[in-house]
Order: sequence, then C-alpha cells, then structure tokens
Amino acid sequence: MALTDPITRKLGADEPSGPGNQLRAGDTLMDRYQIQEIIGSGGMGTVYRARDTHFQAIRLVAIKEMISNIADPLVRKNINGIYERESNILATLRHQSIPRIYDYHTHNDRAYLVMEYVNGRDLDDILAETTTFFPEEQILNWAVELCDVLQYLHEHKPEPIIFRDMKPSNIMINQQNHIVLVDFGIAKVFESGTKNTMVGTQGYSPPDQYRGEATPAVDLYALGASLHHLLTLRDPRLEAPFSFAERPIKDINPNVSPEMIAVVEKALQYSPDDRFKTAAEMKQALLGVAQRTGTLIHSGFISQTSGSSAPSRGVKSLWVFECEDEIRGTPLFNGGTLYVGCYDHNLYALDAANGEFKWKYATDGGIPGRPAFYEGNIYIGSEDQRLHVISARSGSVVWTYFSDGPIRSSPRIAEGHAFVGSDDGYLHAVNVATGRASWKVETGAAIRSTAWVSQEYAYFGNEAGELLCANFRGEVKWRFKAKRAITSSPIIGPEAVYVGSQDGTLYAIDPNSGWVLWRFRLGKATISSPTLSDNLLFIGAADNVLYCVDSRTAKEVWRFTAEHQISGSPIVYKDFVYCGSVDGHLYCLEMRTGRQKWAFATEGPITGSPAANEDIIYIGSTDKKVYALLA
Amino acid sequence: MANFFKKLFPPKRSAARDVPTVPRNAANLPSEATTAPLNEEQLEEMAQAFNRVEPPQLVVGVGRDQGRQRDNNEDAIFAQTATVSTSKATLPMGIFIVADGMGGHENGHLASDLAVRSMSTYLTQRLHHPLFGIDPEPPQDSLQEIMRQGVRLAHEAITQGAPGGGTTLTAVLVMNTQMTVAHVGDTRAYAIYMDGRVQTLTRDHSLVKRLEELGQITAEEAAVHPQKSMLYRALGQGEPVEADVFTASMPEPGYLLICSDGLWGVVPEDELFHIIASAPNPHTACQNLIEAANNHGGPDNITAILVRLVD
Ligand SMILES: Nc1ncnc2c1ncn2[C@@H]1O[C@H](COP(=O)(O)OP(=O)(O)OP(=O)(O)O)[C@@H](O)[C@H]1O
Ligand SMILES: [Mg+2]
Repeated sequence: MALTDPITRKLGADEPSGPGNQLRAGDTLMDRYQIQEIIGSGGMGTVYRARDTHFQAIRLVAIKEMISNIADPLVRKNINGIYERESNILATLRHQSIPRIYDYHTHNDRAYLVMEYVNGRDLDDILAETTTFFPEEQILNWAVELCDVLQYLHEHKPEPIIFRDMKPSNIMINQQNHIVLVDFGIAKVFESGTKNTMVGTQGYSPPDQYRGEATPAVDLYALGASLHHLLTLRDPRLEAPFSFAERPIKDINPNVSPEMIAVVEKALQYSPDDRFKTAAEMKQALLGVAQRTGTLIHSGFISQTSGSSAPSRGVKSLWVFECEDEIRGTPLFNGGTLYVGCYDHNLYALDAANGEFKWKYATDGGIPGRPAFYEGNIYIGSEDQRLHVISARSGSVVWTYFSDGPIRSSPRIAEGHAFVGSDDGYLHAVNVATGRASWKVETGAAIRSTAWVSQEYAYFGNEAGELLCANFRGEVKWRFKAKRAITSSPIIGPEAVYVGSQDGTLYAIDPNSGWVLWRFRLGKATISSPTLSDNLLFIGAADNVLYCVDSRTAKEVWRFTAEHQISGSPIVYKDFVYCGSVDGHLYCLEMRTGRQKWAFATEGPITGSPAANEDIIYIGSTDKKVYALLA
Repeated sequence: MANFFKKLFPPKRSAARDVPTVPRNAANLPSEATTAPLNEEQLEEMAQAFNRVEPPQLVVGVGRDQGRQRDNNEDAIFAQTATVSTSKATLPMGIFIVADGMGGHENGHLASDLAVRSMSTYLTQRLHHPLFGIDPEPPQDSLQEIMRQGVRLAHEAITQGAPGGGTTLTAVLVMNTQMTVAHVGDTRAYAIYMDGRVQTLTRDHSLVKRLEELGQITAEEAAVHPQKSMLYRALGQGEPVEADVFTASMPEPGYLLICSDGLWGVVPEDELFHIIASAPNPHTACQNLIEAANNHGGPDNITAILVRLVD
C-alpha cells in the first residue's frame, strides 16, 4: 500500500483530507487521473469522472472513491486486503454489461477503483424523471440483459459472484440502450464492519439477505424488485420491506401483461425455493413472455378501475319521487320523513318509507343546501336570501330571517343558535327562540361553506379562500388563507379541522392556531366537503377522483375515478362510502379499499350528497328526482 | 410460509444482546418502585395531579444513562418547552427529540448528536417567529412539511459530518393538545393514559417488527429476537430516507413518552405504566425508568423523555 498521499491538488494542497472531503475538478489522483466532475455519490463515497492522462487521446474513466468507517488500523488493513483481492477478481471479468476495471488503490481510510466510464444514466435517475409508465417491451429487453449478466456472474468459476445490490441506481443504461451493472458487491466488503444495522438496500433485498445469505436467489429477488419498481413506478424504498404482494402490479399499471407479472411475482417469492433456480431459468421465462405477448408489444388494453368498467351490481330503487326542477342539495332524514330542497323553490317532506308526498313549503328561490332539524322545526336557507324555519309536522312557517344575499350554505344548529353563512359575506348566528341575529361576523366574501360548530367555536370558509374560526361572541380567533375559494365545508376530527379548497388542496388545520398541519394535493379544484371515519378522510374533486386519505399521515390510501367531476360530498355508512358524481351515478365503495360495490345511474348530474338511514340511501339528482336505494 | 420465521432465523442459543428474561406480568416485577394495582392513595394523588392549572403548560422529565453493559452512550436528547400566555393567545408548546446512534464506532454517537442538533435548530428557527415574534404569522409550510424537512437536514448533516454513522430519530412537536411526530428507526413514542392504556404511536423500522406485522413471528418472539435491533431505515444510512410523519392528540389525562430501545426493549409495558403512574413528577419517573432498565440488566443505553400536559 502506498504511503504517500495519492491526491495531489493543484491548489490548496495543504487542505486536510478528513472524511467527507471530496476531490475537486482539476485534482489529480495517483499522478494520472485528472478529476473532471462528480457523477454519483452514495452510501460509500463518491464516483468521479476523470481523464486518464496517460493517453494522448481523451480517455475517460470513472473512479469510485470509498471511505471506510473503520477506525481500527488493523481491521482496516485486513479489509483493504480483502478489497484488493476482490478488485483482482473483478478485473478479470469480461462481459458487455460490466465496466472494465483498470486500476485500484488503497490509502488510509480510502480506496479507489478506476474503471471504464459508462456514458449513460442510471435507472434511478431515469425513474426519477419519468411521469408515464415505461413500455413493457422496454422493460422486458432490459430484464433479459440483466438476467444475462447475472447468469454470467453466477456461473463464474471457481466461485460464483453474487452481485448483492441489484437496484435501479446500480443499473446504467448506455447510449445504445443496453444495460451496464455498476457498483459490485466489492463495496460491501470494504464496508463490512461492526454494524448490525443496515444490510443490503432496504426495499430491494429479500428476507434471506437479511440473514446474511449471498446466493443467486438473492440477486433474482432484487432483480424482481427492481422490475416491480420499473413497472409500477412505486419506489420500494418508501414502503415496508417485502410488501410487494400488497402492491399488485396489475392494480397500479393495468398495461402490464399477465405473463410479465407472473415472472416478476415468481422472482419476488418470500422463500428462495419458490423463486427461479437460476438467472438462466428466469431469462428463459422472460423470453417466453416476449414470445407469448407477440413481438414484445402488448396490445390488450385493460382499463383502470373506474365507473364505466368496474363491476356493478344492479341496484334497484325502492321508490322515486319527482319534483319540478333540479335537486342540487342534500336530503335530511328525520323521524321517518325525508326533507329535501329543490330548485323549483320548494322544500319537500316525503314519507321515507315509500316516497309519498307529505307537504311542500314554497320559498322564493332555489334551495341548494341541506335542511337541519331542531326541536320539531326544519331550518333551510334559500336563494331568496332567507333562512326559513318550518314546522316539521305541518310544513307551515314558524319564522324567517333575512340576510342580504342568497343563502347557499346549510344551517347548523348549536347552543340555541342557527349558524348560517350567506352570499352577503356574513356568518349569521340567529337565536332560534327569537328569530333575531345575536351577532354576525363579516368576512368580506360570500360564504357558501357550511359552518362546523364545536366547543364554542364556529369554523367556516368563504369565497375569498379564507377559513375562519369565530367564537360565540362573533370574534374571529384566526383566519387561514388558501389560494382559492373555500366552498367546501370544514369538518373537525380529534386532531384537526379538515377542509378542501378550489386551489386543489385538502388541508388539515390546527383548530387552536389556524396553522397548517398538512396539505394533500388533489388533482384539481374541489368544492366537495370531506368526511371522516376511522382516521380516513374522503373527498371528491374536479379531476373526477374520490380520494381516501389517512387523516394523520396525509398519505393517500386509495382513489376511485368516476367519469366526471365529484362536487358532492361523500358520506360513510356502515363501512361503505357513498358518493354522487356529475357523471350521474351514485357510487357505493368499500371504505377501506375503494372497491366498487355498486353504481346507480340517475338521469342527470349529481351535485348533492346522499343521506342514509336503516340501510336505505337517499339521493337527489338534477334529473329532478329523489331516489331511495338499498345500501 | 407458515414457518418463514424459523427458516429465516434459526433459533440461536446465545446472543450478545440477550436480556435476562423476565416474566411479563406485574406481580413478578423486581423493582420496588412499582406496585400493582395502584392503591387508593395513589389514585387520589394522580387525580390531584390533574386538577385544573392555568395557563395550560407542559411538564417534562428527561433521563439518559449509559446502562450496565455499554461503555459509551450513543443516545442523544433534546427537550424544550415554552409557554406563551398573553391576552391574544395561550399556548403551551414543546420540542422533544430522542436519537439512538448506532454503529458501535465513533460515528454512532456523532450521528445522534448531529441529528438532534440539526433537527432542533431547524425547528426552533422555523417556529420561533410564528410563535414568539412580535408580529407573528403562521409558517408558510405545514407542520408536517417542516418536520419532514428537519429530518432531511438531519440526514444530510450525518452523511456529511459523520459518514458511515447512523441513528434513529423520533421528534415530537407539541402545540397545545396536538402532536406532530416525525420518526425514523426504532426509538418509540408512546401515549400513556391514566386508565392504564399504553399505546405505541410510532412503528419501528426494524426487521423484526416488520416480520411481526407480516404475522411471521409473534410479539413474544420479537421481544427476545437476537436481531431485534436490526433496522431497515435509519438516518445517515441509505437514500432516500423517508420519515413517518403524522399528527396525533396529546394523551389527556396522560403522558407522552419518547424512549430508546434500551428502555422499551427491556422494561415491559405494564411496568413502564406503573413506574410513571406512581412517580410524583416526570423527572422522578424518568430516573425510576432508568433504574428499572438497569435492574433488568441495562444491556443498552437508556433514554427517556416524559411529557405531561397540565391544564
Ligand atoms: N463506471 C461508471 N460510469 C459512469 N457512471 C458511473 C459508473 N459507476 C457508477 N456510476 C454512477 O455513480 C453512481 C454511484 O455509483 P455506485 O453505485 O458504484 O456507488 P454507491 O451508490 O455510492 O455505492 P453503494 O450502492 O454501495 O452505496 C451510479 O448510480 C452511477 O450513476
Ligand atoms: Mg450504488
């Protein structure tokens, strides 16, 4: 081993070269290699591109610098010995998918490996940039080449060589679109020390590798894991280990052929005995896929889970009631009666059991909201600017309250007051005993979001994009500002206030301070209100998607795509989510998986929310009808 | 697949980290600091402790000890509390961090030190003005984003300042009754309720925990598993590091406990509860927790932060 410092700097030669110090452009290594730039860095150190000055013609090399973390000089010496032995083996390898090794060098805590420079990009970089799935044909070609080079390594004599760290960042694609394996297990030799913490690369390594096994089956699993990543674009490093079975390829990328999936799944078996025996066997299976799917181009398109193609049990309505205009609001079930507002200006009371008409009450404007029930009376806002209070039994007026703008939000009753927002920009707190406002909060923009009232505070959004928290004296405690209107109605869970905005974000906000706890990006704007059940939040958006998001981690749990926007708000009833869409369907989905149980087609867009009671779901549609369906 | 565990890890007779096996029931506890069940007097005391206090504030205890079998301490702690109570706002807040360095070489303790320092620096920086400034405005980013960024910076600080070193990191930001938690590794955060519920908030990023989640081994097998400290995610190790970040409610009435595996891997949960519930205050509780871990052999560094919200 050389005793002199192998690095000579043109400038600042007196700088210390402690751990963490990288070489700089212009530095010369081993009196021969002129550093040009850093091309990679990872757990072990840095990879540089350098020019080999021994040749007149420009010859580029890649130099991998590894810094040992082992302090003990004796142990280190030992390891350097192993490292040199391994380098010697690598230097003898000849395969088009393995860069040639030219030179190596160890010095103190560092080792250098000089090798052929691969002009290309590693798959990790390529993955990071792609937004669309790779064609199966492309992945199949890479996979066959990877099996080929693994076969070469595994059949190496006298000892098989196990790559041990197959993953996208160690696979490069050169200018000719062929794969080249970089980063051999050699690095691991240099690293191996006292640690019993990390083994292999989490996400790609099989269970058996955690036991310290280095067998061909280990490489084949990691190859399967890399193919899974390439096919699904889901990074396994961000998931729990060995969880591929929880992310079936066909659910994520429906374009992949079943044949290809079968090969990847076999490579990913828990038990090494259930995987391919050899790389050669896996290569044969992949070539079989190519043959069966014909010229490597797959044609059978399987569409994604969506309203159109997903299974749908024929749901029949129990009864239907027809009004004279569109129903955009949400019905209320109370004491055997269904109350629903309509754009024909009427509030209808129907017998919930059979849909028979009981009474109707006429306002002077369309009714977009949801009625509320309190002490024998029904409360409902109308575009005629009034809050109407009607006897639930007789349908006659008790009192009305005038705001200065159309009322499009729904009233909420708490603490002897009806809280209702109006297009006049005020949240009105109307005393239910007197029919007079106790106070109003001015917000400066129309309020179409329904207030959530809890523990002495009212939370509501406005069209200027604010979410406000007001106390029961009408004082604003805090305001949170989103980028666009908040038409969605907030809900409060144990940890946060949740609300959607037309800026395309679902927000979780601290009820105390108004600070944002987390944000979740929706594909497009939303006016749908979230609903919460068991730490799961459900909200629809204009990108046709119903989202299910974990309320504590802000992670998407599943999504369901309808054929048109989802502007109504979902409800949860007995482990199922019910949600209408502008595509005219009411969908019934399993709450935890998003799997569709049924879809019911109405004849017009649905913009309101359903109501549920005793296994019956009630929904109004712009086809003017109210439907009662069996849940 | 039923015998996956057995195949994966053939039973070993002796392992370096073997902990003296202790029957996991309260009646058999060796430490005199605990009694089970609690007597009337103690219950009364506890009820007293949770009487109304104005303004609401966080009461904290910390403990950090090398243990009996290690000759260095690779755990690191940060605990900070503040109370703002003015005509405009009343807010108890706190930042609590435990990091458990690993590697067994120098960079282990460097890594945990760096992690705790860079995380706390970043959090204080981002939150100081919004909380204590003259003209406060909420931060631009969400609290979860801020926590996530803090973990990222801690990770970078280690890869640069202590290459090769690794550490766990569990950081909890308490604001009022709410906690935002960021977590990598197997240091745990617990919500401990006065009715005896001990709820693990974090999910260990350990191989053994993963096998347990997959149903391959039982919790009992996991507890004595020779490779139970093997992590699949740690700061300073591998790229990218994704922290688990989530929001939860402060246990009320109850405690938040953050502790390294030197405590939770050694002292059974019911004993943890009894020590905490019977101590007069959080700092005494922490000292008793450490004593208990040492009584169980003290095989690893022992670290604990115990927080109670009194209001
Ligand atoms: N011969 C080469 N030619 C061109 N680029 C290379 C070459 N070898 C490596 N690289 C680039 O450098 C990156 C890192 O290299 P490599 O995987 O060998 O080191 P590492 O990731 O630090 O090691 P480890 O995976 O053991 O932590 C690769 O992902 C690749 O982009
Ligand atoms: Mg690599």
